[in-house]
Amino acid sequence: MRRLSLFNVTSLSLGFAFLYLPMIILVIYSFNASKLVTVWAGFSTRWYGELLSNEAFLDAAWVTIRVAVMSSTVATVLGTMAAWVLIRMGRFPGRTLFSGMVYAPLVMPEVITGLSLLLLFIGIGLDRGVLTIVLAHTTFSMCYVSVVVSSRLASFDQSLEEAALDLGCTQWQAFRLVTLPIIAPAVISGWLLAFTLSLDDLVIASFTAGPSATTLPIKIFSSIRLGVSPEINALSTIMIGIVAVGVVIASLATKRSVLRQRADEHAAARAD
Amino acid sequence: MRRIFVIAVPYLWLLALFLVPFLIVLKIALSDMALAIPPYAPTLDFQAGWAGIKAFVSELDFENFTFLASDDLYWKAYLSSLRIALVSTFLTLLIGYPMAYAMARSPEAWRPTLLMLVILPFWTSFLIRVYSWMGILSSEGYLNQFLLWIGLIDTPLAIINTNLAVYIGVVYTYLPFMILPVYATLEKLDGQLLEAAEDLGCSRLSAFWLVTFPLSRSGIIAGCFLVFIPTIGEFVIPSLLGGSDTLMIGKVLWEEFFSNRDWPVASAVAVILLLILIIPIVLFQRNEQKQRESEG
Amino acid sequence: MPQTVFAPWDDPKETPLIRFEGVTKRFGDFTAIDNVSVDIFAREFFALLGPSGCGKTTLMRMLGGFETPTEGKIWLGGQDIGRTPPNKRPVNMMFQSYALFPHLSVWENIAFGLRRERLDKDKIAARVEEMLRLTRLQRFAKRKPHQISGGQRQRVALARSLAKAPKLLLLDEPLGALDAKLRQDTQFELVDIQEKTGTTFVIVTHDQEEAMTVATRVAVMDEGRIVQISTPDKIYEEPQSVYVADFIGDVNIIEGTASATGPETYAITWGEGRPPLIAQSQRSFSEGQACSLAIRPEKVAIHAQEPEALNRVRGKILDIAYLGNLSTYHVELAGGQIVKAQEANTRRIARRSFTWEDEVWLSWSDTAGVLLAE
Repeated sequence: MRRLSLFNVTSLSLGFAFLYLPMIILVIYSFNASKLVTVWAGFSTRWYGELLSNEAFLDAAWVTIRVAVMSSTVATVLGTMAAWVLIRMGRFPGRTLFSGMVYAPLVMPEVITGLSLLLLFIGIGLDRGVLTIVLAHTTFSMCYVSVVVSSRLASFDQSLEEAALDLGCTQWQAFRLVTLPIIAPAVISGWLLAFTLSLDDLVIASFTAGPSATTLPIKIFSSIRLGVSPEINALSTIMIGIVAVGVVIASLATKRSVLRQRADEHAAARAD
Repeated sequence: MRRIFVIAVPYLWLLALFLVPFLIVLKIALSDMALAIPPYAPTLDFQAGWAGIKAFVSELDFENFTFLASDDLYWKAYLSSLRIALVSTFLTLLIGYPMAYAMARSPEAWRPTLLMLVILPFWTSFLIRVYSWMGILSSEGYLNQFLLWIGLIDTPLAIINTNLAVYIGVVYTYLPFMILPVYATLEKLDGQLLEAAEDLGCSRLSAFWLVTFPLSRSGIIAGCFLVFIPTIGEFVIPSLLGGSDTLMIGKVLWEEFFSNRDWPVASAVAVILLLILIIPIVLFQRNEQKQRESEG
Repeated sequence: MPQTVFAPWDDPKETPLIRFEGVTKRFGDFTAIDNVSVDIFAREFFALLGPSGCGKTTLMRMLGGFETPTEGKIWLGGQDIGRTPPNKRPVNMMFQSYALFPHLSVWENIAFGLRRERLDKDKIAARVEEMLRLTRLQRFAKRKPHQISGGQRQRVALARSLAKAPKLLLLDEPLGALDAKLRQDTQFELVDIQEKTGTTFVIVTHDQEEAMTVATRVAVMDEGRIVQISTPDKIYEEPQSVYVADFIGDVNIIEGTASATGPETYAITWGEGRPPLIAQSQRSFSEGQACSLAIRPEKVAIHAQEPEALNRVRGKILDIAYLGNLSTYHVELAGGQIVKAQEANTRRIARRSFTWEDEVWLSWSDTAGVLLAE
């Protein structure tokens, strides 16, 4: 086994300290009793209590989750279709424009995407609210979904589909029974990505949200613009906690399925 | 029939919600500000038929763009965005490359975990990650407290609300974008190439400069663009960590729109920003294409 | 004109170029090389042969400087090089994957090692041209490695490792990536280049045919030890163990007990009610000692009628492997033992005299086989 040199160990430790220390400090200070955020005055869960009784934050959180679920679900369907069109449909008139439109939002600055969608919604007289945010989020996150799914589709052995057709499936059955189960992990991670992007987005939501719908990032942004606040620390800790638990569960699940697969292969090899 | 349906649905969606809005931006950029709702003129009047369209087109002009060129706030903001993006991309490379290198050199069993540790911040809110530095960098923040405590300084350093804070913010939030592509190229690097270089007389260090570094070039380029491109249009980091003299075009656009409510100028700012971005985007695409070709 | 045979290993006055002295290499608990001592002489083409995991690659990597021995010494021209780093030893290696630098052209790849020596530009250019000529690559000098064929890549790797005129060239499965036809041509080319340059070659391979074709001597390895070192013909004709006999080529192994019937002649009892087999052996066996008789299939003759022969057995044809020029008959004897016999197909297939299920006789002489103790 290779051993890491001192240089490599140092750069890894410093790098990960840089990546994680700020968040660890944030979590620790969310339990600070003092209102002065940077002065430690003993352990307290006071700010969590205040946060949970803050109606405005709870409302914003609810709006954000609704928007994220709706937009990521629609984006997953549209993104998977777009990936299918790009990888499997071959040539058709306007293909270049289509692939351009799929990839462009990935590099488009959020301020421009937000501005342009707002101008559209005003132009067609659509009232700004949950619906407009969902439309906006769906549009940019479907492109991310399509990138994730198309990379899986491209590496996917097309003869599997042909085998399904050969055995009597219709095109749709072949997709549903063979292709979809195989690309499912990519579709799921596409959904998760779209969901997180939507939860995370401040800029586009700021442009497309109206007074009737405020998302959590908008709320957070308006309160931290003025400086550090203990309630936001508590909120951040909750959000970091959810992500950490989610990732741990996901990695345990993957590990288990890998172990199970290995055990199966082992058993099969022995039975041989 | 099904084929047309599968193509049409995402196609029409993107046309309606990506291309058309963008054309609207372009159009408004060529219009004049008006004290009306919507606050720009002319508006397109389809009822008037062909004459309406002609009247509409004749009223469009490049006035907003000449305004942008004459007011040095704007071109200073563009230049300063480019400079900040350039410096922070370089800093990200400086920190990200050794990490990616160490990850690629680490025992194979560790790599998935290290990779997960790099990706994990992606799933955490961007806003919160930027926010976490506000408490650290502020004048009574944790960093100043620490430095005062160990006696390195005796007056707090002014870091927040400076460009330095913006650099730190960009490096922190975009570091994974640099590490991942660099790691991907380094991880694929055949260890025998380095042995061959040593066998042919290279020291460890010269083998790095003659073999490892040139072969990770495509990863470096990809990583730099992935940091550089979004940083130019960045809004959150300069508005939270930067000061009033931190000029970045994303922030200018935001203020033009929300504070001054000058939609035509905001649109013109957006159009120019996009024109600036086209060059690095095209270069980035070409790099990706070249990499794909060399692999295939 | 009397031709002197190249056999420095038989000459006690020769000093070897390389000497392994009790070399052991451990990776944690695993012993990859177990107390190996071997001499390799200048201008030899020395093959390390064995199945994967036998330690042959580790042994070679220690010569290259990529591994250091846990115990023992490695001498190169009278110098202990056990701990010399790879860039400081006059040894070059041709890697299994060729390890051509993908960002450099063929020319630059070959010049890579020369440039590290800070030679004159003219000298480098002259040497690179010489190498290109030697490996017939002049036309491809400007190409990148991914723009040339597998066989050309192999020659670039060879040219690059020979450019510095090393005292010793190591070749790690050099032909593994080539297809069968190209491999044969390349084997002869390798021998040719080795003779032209007078460089000592050490080759690692798991392909016994390749080792036999190119090498002056072959070392057969098993589990970190060298089990036999000999010239290819001796390895084939006079294996010293069942392991070597079985690893090199095809062989029939008949187990039995030996009893002497004359000087260097033994009768082998190998089953109830069967006449003993007669074999000559210089190795001596005690009365009733367990032994194995190893006979190559091509030394077993096949007959329709009972032949006049010292050793003859009866059986039934179970299987015929038709190889074009040869056919191998798998004949099952009464006790269930299978003996293979090989015949040249001198006649067209339609006129073949034996077919499945035929009752046949097999015979061989007393000198056809090798009697082995283990």
